[in-house]
Amino acid sequence: MYKYDEYDQAMVEARVAEFSDQVRRRLAGEITEDQFKPLRLMNGLYLQLHAYMLRVAVPYGTLDSRQMRMLAHIARTYDRDYGHFTTRQNIQYNWIKLEDAPAILADLASVEMHAIQTSGNCIRNISSDQWAGAAADEITDPRPWAELLRQWSSFHPEFSYLPRKFKIAVIAADEDRAAMRLHDIGIQIVEKDGQHGAAFYVGGGMGRTPMIAPLIKDFVPLDDLLSYTEACLRVYNRYGRRDNIYKARIKILIHELGADEYRRQVEEEFAHVKTLGIDPPRAEFDRIAAQFAPPPLDASAPDAVDRSDPDFAVWLDQNVAAHKVPGHAIINISLKPVGGIPGDASSAQIDLMADLAETYSHDELRVTHAQNIVLPHVRKADLYAIWQKLDEAGLATPNLDLISDIIACPGLDYCSLANARSIPVAQKIATRFADLGRQKELGELKLKISGCINACGHHHAGHIGILGVDRKGTENYQLLLGGSGAEDVSLGTITGPGFDEDGIVDAIERVTDKYLSERTEGERFVDTFRRVGMAPFKEAIYG
Amino acid sequence: MKLLTGNDLKTGFVTWWTGADWSIHIEDAADVGENGDAILAVEEAARRVNAPYIIAGEMTPDGPRPAHIKDRIRALGPTVRPDLTLKPADPTAGDWVI
Repeated sequence: MYKYDEYDQAMVEARVAEFSDQVRRRLAGEITEDQFKPLRLMNGLYLQLHAYMLRVAVPYGTLDSRQMRMLAHIARTYDRDYGHFTTRQNIQYNWIKLEDAPAILADLASVEMHAIQTSGNCIRNISSDQWAGAAADEITDPRPWAELLRQWSSFHPEFSYLPRKFKIAVIAADEDRAAMRLHDIGIQIVEKDGQHGAAFYVGGGMGRTPMIAPLIKDFVPLDDLLSYTEACLRVYNRYGRRDNIYKARIKILIHELGADEYRRQVEEEFAHVKTLGIDPPRAEFDRIAAQFAPPPLDASAPDAVDRSDPDFAVWLDQNVAAHKVPGHAIINISLKPVGGIPGDASSAQIDLMADLAETYSHDELRVTHAQNIVLPHVRKADLYAIWQKLDEAGLATPNLDLISDIIACPGLDYCSLANARSIPVAQKIATRFADLGRQKELGELKLKISGCINACGHHHAGHIGILGVDRKGTENYQLLLGGSGAEDVSLGTITGPGFDEDGIVDAIERVTDKYLSERTEGERFVDTFRRVGMAPFKEAIYG
Repeated sequence: MKLLTGNDLKTGFVTWWTGADWSIHIEDAADVGENGDAILAVEEAARRVNAPYIIAGEMTPDGPRPAHIKDRIRALGPTVRPDLTLKPADPTAGDWVI
């Protein structure tokens, strides 16, 4: 994985020093909150319901055991002994003291991490496929390109004050594990005539106006990747709606211009940008890519796994995925125990996952946008030993992609923007469907909950989505069906009137019962919904 | 009744205006009546509170209760982590929020 060079380290340390002084001045009363707020947000420090919240960037979700241990250290030392992994592959701490923020950022800098650009109208953390570098179906590791974009976008002077925040995802497989087309720019590394290039999807997003990104260019030579991205941003930066925060995202611009006109303007801008020489020489990309060299995996390692422990076998079937190298596997650690808080992990659990990565996974971990953790490079022969340790720590819930593997934003329990609580709903649904046999009978079913229209819980992209709203001061939950953030991307449709906290759980049970009665052989929930439409589900829900 | 609330500058903790000072306990909160804006301006300028605002509430036998659930959650703590609330030993404390 990428290691900071002297410039990276100097930049991050300079920012720590700068922010430390800004905090000192704020505490001394030399600057007001109005003056300080944009400065703290540039460093990922929000003021939430109960305290300051710090969002730490995990570039494309990749980190090593040293960094993971630092995340545990921060949770233990400065917070309340836990962290919350987010849908942008980051981690958030909910109980930060302003006076501790400089020390935390210094600790992060000591392990090549920071919280820069995790807030504000800038290019946010680049996200990617959590199985990058390990997935059997990828054509290349997308992370070197994500890293190139990270370096290009960090402190980019032209794009530090965009009309609105900007999110980019990079993948390199046909199976989309990063909700790529629901990003401002989704880049898929593709192959054409033996050459790798980038397909650009621009103008996707969730929030109050969800849109699926249209294809703007099917093949951009990789040597032009930065120039083309810069052209996409420039057109947006020039014409994005700064007059209306609700219409300021690039998706609105492209919707209003039309994809063809946006493409024309990007091409025109690209012709100019390409003359500026911003694309790095191939040698610089190769320097970056060399740091993502595959770990030395032994392809002759044993492929057989002893399945005699039935609990282990269940977990193996549900949470372990194929690795591109024989004899190896990808472990998906669920942070969704029944009745737990989706995405939360204690400092002890974070430490354990770091230890397991160091011992068994070539020192690598990944954070997923589904709020789980991945050990990407594990020998199959070690799976049972790892499972035993995960199980002891409450980290072996075998529910990946099942109904209890719920994405949920922090909701009204923590977030000042939220209108309703998300976590209790997730807990009640997971408890209602706790029986694993029942979950497996339902099969792949992605349930996603947001506590407000901002859609941090990706409710538009859930096979079943839930949106919490405030109805005259009372929490109310709207139900959506038929969304997907994967390669079969689609947006969910609201079923009808909303429900209270218990009513939404009952409604979901009626929906899943209807699915079981309607499905044909091999159909997932979302397939059945697409085939039969909303009507039978609506009848099941409302009578 | 009207309550004045904000966050402590250093810690970020939720605080309530008691009539003379700030407290993290909603039970100590005072009705600011029509004086909220004036108190808010003085206290914010003195950096004794961060991001203050006035909310509606009602007096109950258990003390002041914010009208909106968001402020009740702020007052007690997250409903999903009773151990992290201001009343970790009271298993029924969450009922006050809902």
